[in-house]
Amino acid sequence: MSTFEFLLQGLMTAAQPMNLLYALIGVTLGTAVGVLPGIGPALTVALLLPVTYRLDPAGSLIMFAGIYYGGMYGGSTTSILLNTPGESASIVTALEGNKMARAGRGGPALATAAIGSFVAGLIATIGLAFIAPLVVKLALVFGPREYFALMVLAFVTVSSAFGDSTLRGLTSLFIGLAFSLVGIDQLTGQTRLAFGVPDLLDGIEVTTMAVAMFAIGETLFIAAQGDKGPDKVEAVKGSVWMNAADWARSWKPWLRGTFIGFPIGAMPAGGAEIGTFLSYATEKKLSKHPEEFGHGAIEGVAGPEAANNASAAGTLVPLLTLGLPTTATAAIMLAGFQQYGLQPGPLLFATNPQLVWGLIASLLIANFMLLVLNLPLVGLWVRLLTIPKPWLYAGILLFATLGTIGANPSVFELGMLLTFGLLGYLMRVFGYPIAPVVVGLILGPLAEQQLRRALAISQGDFTVLFTSPIAAGLLTVAFLALAVPLILRARGRGEVLSQMAADED
Amino acid sequence: MNQEPVKQAEERRPDWAALVIAAVLVVIAAVIFADASRLREVMGYSPVGPATVPMVIAFVLILLAVWTVFAAFRHDFPEREKQEVQPVAWIVGGLAAQMLLLNTAGFSIATGVLFAATAAGFGKRRFWISLPVGMVLCLIVWLIFAGLLQLSLPAGPLERLFQ
Repeated sequence: MSTFEFLLQGLMTAAQPMNLLYALIGVTLGTAVGVLPGIGPALTVALLLPVTYRLDPAGSLIMFAGIYYGGMYGGSTTSILLNTPGESASIVTALEGNKMARAGRGGPALATAAIGSFVAGLIATIGLAFIAPLVVKLALVFGPREYFALMVLAFVTVSSAFGDSTLRGLTSLFIGLAFSLVGIDQLTGQTRLAFGVPDLLDGIEVTTMAVAMFAIGETLFIAAQGDKGPDKVEAVKGSVWMNAADWARSWKPWLRGTFIGFPIGAMPAGGAEIGTFLSYATEKKLSKHPEEFGHGAIEGVAGPEAANNASAAGTLVPLLTLGLPTTATAAIMLAGFQQYGLQPGPLLFATNPQLVWGLIASLLIANFMLLVLNLPLVGLWVRLLTIPKPWLYAGILLFATLGTIGANPSVFELGMLLTFGLLGYLMRVFGYPIAPVVVGLILGPLAEQQLRRALAISQGDFTVLFTSPIAAGLLTVAFLALAVPLILRARGRGEVLSQMAADED
Repeated sequence: MNQEPVKQAEERRPDWAALVIAAVLVVIAAVIFADASRLREVMGYSPVGPATVPMVIAFVLILLAVWTVFAAFRHDFPEREKQEVQPVAWIVGGLAAQMLLLNTAGFSIATGVLFAATAAGFGKRRFWISLPVGMVLCLIVWLIFAGLLQLSLPAGPLERLFQ
């Protein structure tokens, strides 16, 4: 069957009334939670995972798809109206969008973000549908060593290639990897680092870790900053509709943003941030109104928002076809798959095509629903922004613990939640990134399994890892991704340091 | 000009918090080493067993600890903002209370206490409002999630009224 037929079949699955309802609940919850300040898509997905526990796999994944896209939409609303973006990928949107809102043009800013997200989501989801089968074919020639090399690349890009410190990124990653050792070894059945505690035999739950790190860690961090006065929510004045000039200035950035964001998301290089920053730089360069940038240029909202959503769809390519999560959000989604005993990868396309294509099709449907939900109903979401902080964070902790209790109502699990929450708080205080811990925790056992399989085949010969051209190529890229930023940072810092020394004279 | 020597002395002093982080990394590595060497004895014919990867991870953690020590002396860590202790204590206390109360008092009372403690951490200390509001909210959540979505949330005296 061709991709088109599969997609059509997927649309049939997704269009069943029950599944449409699941998708609608998903996008509504996703937007509502995503809009809350300080909550990014990763936490949205982690918080809402328990809602899907008792559904069948297809329904739950469809709801999940809606939550994922809804969280992305919600985040952009927050960053336009409130100058504290809930997700790092929306920082650029906040830059121009918040300025527009202050100038009384919040409506068009929200509209261009929503329509841009829709255009990007549509093109990128179709791109996902057509690229995924190709990657699956490619993945069939992958053996354990190629998978291992791919995971090493993902480790490097998630932890140290971007962000402000190689040391802290790698430390976060290896803390995650250390936690991933806990439990029963999958190949020999030996228990590792469980210390005789039965609760630890199954390992540390990714969702517990993610909720603790993102929700509790973040809440503690915000609380510890003390009262700095209320954040100012910009009111949406005037029409939310864009005028002709807005359309003329928006449509090209939407398309450019999509074509920048999707490939970056689809590569096992992780992170929507890079795509949004690249798109912002491109728009600034190409704009006929470069002087408006920094004071509310609509192109600076349209392009990055499109890039953001396109790369969100792009990250589903490695996740679905290779089982490789490249962002914290994707890592939590992988945990969602695993709770049904599903392992995303080439096999899933063969054994469970209705499920995979139903998921892809429901992304398309979710995208349409979100456009409708976001344009006329934006006033409703804006009201969520005005919830006072004490009630907001009390509610966030209610739902954070609800998920853990629902999955496993044990005192031990809540104790882990508290411990990891404190860990997440301390890591924030000292500037350690959180995402590498979560990715390391879920990808660690998979990488170890592939490594040991590869070495078992070669009877312990380590050179086998480098003798396949694909594996060698991937490991080289991984090494470059580790070394180049390290050198760049050392140089950048060196120059800054010498300048500072010069200023002191 | 007079401030110069003082500043230099400050810069020579290592970042103690970073040194503590390095020490914690070493402790984690030591625990993994100890556990892995126990596994070593039960390793089979393969040169790569369940102990190999833990050994590698522990080794890298040691390297990262050494790197962190260097960073501590070079002051490579970002400026830390002043942290308020009291709000953190409120929220941690709330989470601990929820953990201890959960199986005896049930979901709504335990989580209601967490709700009120979190609000207190953010400055809302009027418990005669926040406690009942939290408990009622949690009861509604319990009715939705335990009733409609069939999650197993522990029931206490409040929940039993609705069962």
